[in-house]
Amino acid sequence: MNKLDSSLCDIHYMDVIVERNRWLNHIYPLIKLVVTICFITTTISFSKYDLAGILRMGVYPIIVFVLGEVSFQDALRKLRVILPVVCLIGIFNPFFDRQPMLEIAGVTVTTGMVSMFTLMVKGIYSVLASYLLIATTPIEKICHALRLLRVPVVIVTQILLTYRYIRLLMNEARHTIQAYSLRAPNQKGLHFKVWGSLVGQLLLKSIDRADGVYESMLLRGYNGEFYYDTRISCRAKDYAYLATWCTVFYCLRVII
Amino acid sequence: MHMADALVAPVVAGTMYVCSTLAATYSVKKVGVENEPKKIPVMGVMGAFVFSAQMINFTIPGTGASGHLCGGMLLTALLGPYAAFLSMIGVLVIQCLLFADGGLLALGCNIWNMAFYGCFVGYFLIWHPIVKHGFSRAKIIGASMLGSIVALQLGAFSVTLETMFSGITELPFSLFVGTMQPIHLVIGFVEGLITAMVLLFVYESRPQMLQGTEKTNLNQSEGKFSLRKVITFFVIIALLIGGIFSLFASTQPDGLEWSIERITGSTEIETVNSHVHIVLENIQKATAVLTDYSFKGTESVFGTSFSGIIGSMAVLGICLVVCFAFRYLRRKKKTI
Repeated sequence: MNKLDSSLCDIHYMDVIVERNRWLNHIYPLIKLVVTICFITTTISFSKYDLAGILRMGVYPIIVFVLGEVSFQDALRKLRVILPVVCLIGIFNPFFDRQPMLEIAGVTVTTGMVSMFTLMVKGIYSVLASYLLIATTPIEKICHALRLLRVPVVIVTQILLTYRYIRLLMNEARHTIQAYSLRAPNQKGLHFKVWGSLVGQLLLKSIDRADGVYESMLLRGYNGEFYYDTRISCRAKDYAYLATWCTVFYCLRVII
Repeated sequence: MHMADALVAPVVAGTMYVCSTLAATYSVKKVGVENEPKKIPVMGVMGAFVFSAQMINFTIPGTGASGHLCGGMLLTALLGPYAAFLSMIGVLVIQCLLFADGGLLALGCNIWNMAFYGCFVGYFLIWHPIVKHGFSRAKIIGASMLGSIVALQLGAFSVTLETMFSGITELPFSLFVGTMQPIHLVIGFVEGLITAMVLLFVYESRPQMLQGTEKTNLNQSEGKFSLRKVITFFVIIALLIGGIFSLFASTQPDGLEWSIERITGSTEIETVNSHVHIVLENIQKATAVLTDYSFKGTESVFGTSFSGIIGSMAVLGICLVVCFAFRYLRRKKKTI
């Protein structure tokens, strides 16, 4: 499966799981966004040698995975994008930071090794937290939460439109690339000679489509802002969810 | 170049959020002032286009490897810097949320590293100054290449600084920079090539879509090339280099002399006593008025400066004569 196909599958899969009727999916989007940001900030604020502290933060992803009934295996697949970068940067720590820290079964563990593991765990946790947010909250609701946080309408509209048209344009690109590969078998990517014309054609098609989109939006009464479902409001259980997690993070970071 | 949350400290992430927010606020204001409601959906669709184009592998000629598009420079050339910056924010948010490519907390860093440099530095310092008097194939290629390379170099350098300030890695700064910059130089080169190819296609099919030209001067720009200004500029440069900088020229042997010295033990090769060599040497002695870049029989520094100026002027003169000759021949060819 090529990159375009796998990305399309990912988007489709996320659209399906986000619409499931689960307890976590009904938590107010703004609350989930704030909890996720609090979790990530708390996690990365730990010292690079505090591996035990970081591991304790695993409480959040474990509980939320259970509450949201989200597949851990699918979440792990998301790690393939970012984990290599984190590992690449962390892998040098044991070579440059060789101060002995502790000894386990006769093996000296250096501070560099600990900081490398800490970095990896931080990377894994933050990716899992973002995944849990997106797996239980549709992008429209995240955009609504961003509007509530006073993010300008132009930016939120960009996010919504980009998300809306990614699928269409990726499908368009997939067809174009498929047609090209059928005419150029055994070729790894696009040949230099067709870089301009092939991608340029795709670009012009996209712009023509944008014109059509704009006219359709106007016909449907678009006046610069999208309308969100405002019937959902923040309830007591949402506040309780936020308060509980903030207390847990505080305890894990400061008290324990 | 997407940074993960684990690579930044909260303070660094917060600072970069503030910087990116300031740039975004200014862009929102500018897009509002432009008051082109039609541009909003175009920005969204262009963001989606960049996202899709990033999934396409481009074979790099002669290497067997493949590269992909980042899109900052492409968007800025098509939408202008402010709209492009906002579109890139859309793309980066989607990448972060949907594909876990870059973290939520590191989003401020990623916006700065990947959107700010491409859109603002790429546009205001490179794209606009190069194309403002009109488009040409060479200008588009040059601006795209330079813009992409500079934007990626700055982005990579920012990644290094942000990681170092966060105290994440034990890698020495010089080693980290030394690893990041060359890799991103290659990536920038490929990105520049792809951007140039796509923009050339747009230039040939729908040139009105390209941004950056001062439209009021567009029609007059063709004939506005001032030969006098160019010649004056080069004369000043030649006087500076020949007259002043030549005094600081290295006294060490150059590459060829160094190689000869290693082989023969002297920087000068012994004269071959053939008839042709002797005749040519005599001609050279007779015509060389400034032997060894100084007045004959003196070691004065003025001689070096004078030689520098005279030499530069002579080269400039020859170049101009050749240029005028070409121009004359081309005109003659056109009239035929």
